[in-house]
Amino acid sequence: MDNLAYYIQQLLAGVSVGGQYALIAIGYTMVYGILRLINFAHGDIFMAAGFFMVYTSASMPLYVSIPLTLLLTVILGVAVERIAYKPLRQAPRMSIMISAIGVSYLLQNFATYYTGGLPRSYPTIPFISETIKIGSVSTSWITLLTPVLTLILIIALVFLIKYTKVGMAMRAVSRDFETAQLMGIKINNVISMTFVIGSFLAAVGSILFFTRYPTVTPIIGAMPGLKAFVAAGFGGIGSIPGAVIGAFIIGICENIIKSLGYTTFSDAFTFVLLIVVLIFRPSGLFGEKQTEKV
Amino acid sequence: MNPKVKWSIAAVLILLLLGGLYMLEQILPANSIIFTVLQKGAIYSLIAVSLNLLNGFTGLFSLGQAGFMLIGAYTYAVLTIPPESRAAVYQYYDGGIIDFALPVPVAMILAGVAAGICAFLIGLPVLRMKGDYLAIATLGFAEIIRAIVQYDKLGPITNGSNLLRSFPVFHSTLFPFIVSGICIAVICLLINSSYGRAFKAIRDDEIAAEAMGINLFMHKEMALVTSAFFAGIGGALLAMFQMMVQARAFTSAMTYEILLIVVIGGIGSVTGSVIASFLFIASSEWWLRFLDEAQFIGGMQVPFLRPGFRMVVFSVIIMFVVLFYRKGIMGTKEFSIEGIYRFFTKGRSKAGKGAK
Amino acid sequence: MSENILHVENITMQFGGVVAVNNLTLDVGKGEIVALIGPNGAGKTTAFNVITGVYEPTNGRVDFQGQMMLQNHPTGKMAKAYKGENMGMYKHTMVKSPDAIAKLGIARTFQNIRLFSELTVLDNVLIAMHMRAKQNIFSATFRLNYKEEQRMRRAAMELLEIQNLQHLKDDIAGSLPYGIQRRLEIARALATEPKLLLLDEPAAGMNPQETQELTDFIVQIKDQYDLSIFMIEHHMDLVMQISDQIYVLDFGRLIAQGTPEEVSNDPRVIEAYLGVSEDAED
Repeated sequence: MDNLAYYIQQLLAGVSVGGQYALIAIGYTMVYGILRLINFAHGDIFMAAGFFMVYTSASMPLYVSIPLTLLLTVILGVAVERIAYKPLRQAPRMSIMISAIGVSYLLQNFATYYTGGLPRSYPTIPFISETIKIGSVSTSWITLLTPVLTLILIIALVFLIKYTKVGMAMRAVSRDFETAQLMGIKINNVISMTFVIGSFLAAVGSILFFTRYPTVTPIIGAMPGLKAFVAAGFGGIGSIPGAVIGAFIIGICENIIKSLGYTTFSDAFTFVLLIVVLIFRPSGLFGEKQTEKV
Repeated sequence: MNPKVKWSIAAVLILLLLGGLYMLEQILPANSIIFTVLQKGAIYSLIAVSLNLLNGFTGLFSLGQAGFMLIGAYTYAVLTIPPESRAAVYQYYDGGIIDFALPVPVAMILAGVAAGICAFLIGLPVLRMKGDYLAIATLGFAEIIRAIVQYDKLGPITNGSNLLRSFPVFHSTLFPFIVSGICIAVICLLINSSYGRAFKAIRDDEIAAEAMGINLFMHKEMALVTSAFFAGIGGALLAMFQMMVQARAFTSAMTYEILLIVVIGGIGSVTGSVIASFLFIASSEWWLRFLDEAQFIGGMQVPFLRPGFRMVVFSVIIMFVVLFYRKGIMGTKEFSIEGIYRFFTKGRSKAGKGAK
Repeated sequence: MSENILHVENITMQFGGVVAVNNLTLDVGKGEIVALIGPNGAGKTTAFNVITGVYEPTNGRVDFQGQMMLQNHPTGKMAKAYKGENMGMYKHTMVKSPDAIAKLGIARTFQNIRLFSELTVLDNVLIAMHMRAKQNIFSATFRLNYKEEQRMRRAAMELLEIQNLQHLKDDIAGSLPYGIQRRLEIARALATEPKLLLLDEPAAGMNPQETQELTDFIVQIKDQYDLSIFMIEHHMDLVMQISDQIYVLDFGRLIAQGTPEEVSNDPRVIEAYLGVSEDAED
């Protein structure tokens, strides 16, 4: 019975981690869908959100610092797009990806400089980090809250994309960039909106992630970022449900492997999974096969 | 120009360079910063050129260079630590399970081969697909290999997360120059061969290349394996330069740095990669060092200067190059003796294009 | 049948719900010049892309030199969504990649010129010789193949001379005028040593005099290199002058075939194509 409780606990933790990855993965998959860009800086936006929370909560109550963190992250995400990606719209795709890598490098170096390279401890958010016991399974509120919050946000997002004007514009742009532009869609607004959504969700993901993971360091964004990207690729890059399902699968598998005592390989597993999926379904679980026009 | 004249000029230039380095070693103290810059610059040149072969000449966006370097560095270190030093190095693993040491040249080639084999295996699933999966798979690979090398059960071979040391290192700046020089020359020969042309064809237009009978998968594998091979040798050189090796250092940030060197030099220019490597290393190790220390001008402390500021300035410069100076230093141009000759005879400012 | 170098049988190419080519059957005889004509969007280039392996056909087969080269039938989702004809007639699946097909001896040009635009004229032709060169990556890198390399360079220069492009050999392909790029693309296709040459609108954008030169040139290379030629073309003078056989495609379907006289007198063709395009042409 104790064993069972342990596994349920691990499963819950996996679902929770999966939810956090899902929130980050959406940012990757939406940007890729529209700009065909792997936004290497997205993991660092997530890291920056962690630091925003650390610094704002030091002098402000939580009900101010949480919204402020969300706002600052969104501003950062949009600023990165405007400064580093927008000037390269007509450039070869490799240039814009290199620009993304440059931004990632800059954000990491700036964070190292600003914080002196020391890990900063994340503020405790009361209530959600408290432990609860259901039967013999003990877990924290955050573990239960994460998947629920993730699902609510994703449903809201799907509604936004399906039923609003800006959502329709996004779908059009991701289908055919040039034609959408010719049809009078304001491409730059659509792209900014994508970055707003992506950064907002990454900030929420960051708050949930760091509540369990007590310190923030300048390079902490790399690994969750990479995993979220793998989740997006796994589900079929450009597909939001694909990214979410991919993220949950990766989160759960990772925790199962950890609970079996192979922590070293939990990261490696993610990439093995990606390779296996790509061998058998090159366009991911939900991706569309693309035919290039000749 | 007569090829004989051309080759003689090239030979004279190479001898002058090596002779100059030798003289420098006689004049300056061995711990001079200049040697650090020259040695590390030569090593980074090789690694940057190896990445340029992929990104610049074949059009493949790969981010696995740190992983391949790690494999090269570890292969070299593990195979060359003298048996008598192993007990001290592998102190937590009973001296490890390897009790032989290979000669340096053999171990360096094996370092390249090991990296090449890994690249081949990654390429098998990934290079059949179109798009950006190569970037993410190679980046992922580099992260995995770092975790695996530090895995405790592999400790008897890799020394777990402890560092490896006591392996043979070089004592003269000539060594990295000669090794990197030979490797870069081989890469240049490849780029200007029939296979190099096929790589460039793939970069320019995959569909047309395929219609001309070029097997995309096979040629991409060749480019990836060759690049990894030389990155592996570069990793071995880096291990020698540092006199120790630790998996923790081979992060994705290292790959990013090398990629940015390639961009600064010009994607598709070997000369550019070499120049940019030396500039990059000189700036980060020497010219911009002062940014990391508090400076005083007439008793006033200059604001912002404290550890880490150098890297911020650096990243800003790089972003500037990426955004406003996209061609880099050399664009796709190359240094050539004909180019220099033309420059002096006709006074034309354009450096020649073509074979080195 | 052994006289036919290319035999296309019941080829259907469907993209999602759109049937771009429907049940196309045609033959190209050995040593013949065959033209594929039809209004824009009729599926001509799609047919070329199937023959050269760029697209996998949804259904049908293609033989080259009497041997089966491609065959496919609708599978998976496509089996339900299939709107073409002759479903269930083909059981095998045999797909070849474009490079394997090029190696068999089919070369092509592209409708919207696909040269290696950052490389020199000579390099463009040399790249096409790469697949047949006797060398490997080691011999090529260390110049052990220098005799082969010299042979390739000589052969490439010969091809450029035929097209009168030899003086441009060191120019960057992308910087050349349009007409010269078209000629270079043909030279590059010839460098793959093809038996069948597919030309996708070779005269597009040419004036009458250039078109006449091209017409003569096509006949000349056909004889000189013992080729069969299959081309898509809108210039009717060119097509009528040199084609042995003409196939007319409209909305993905074959609506007529025959000699130039037969086709030009066919009322369906006049309705579908000639009537419309006479106005469109300058």
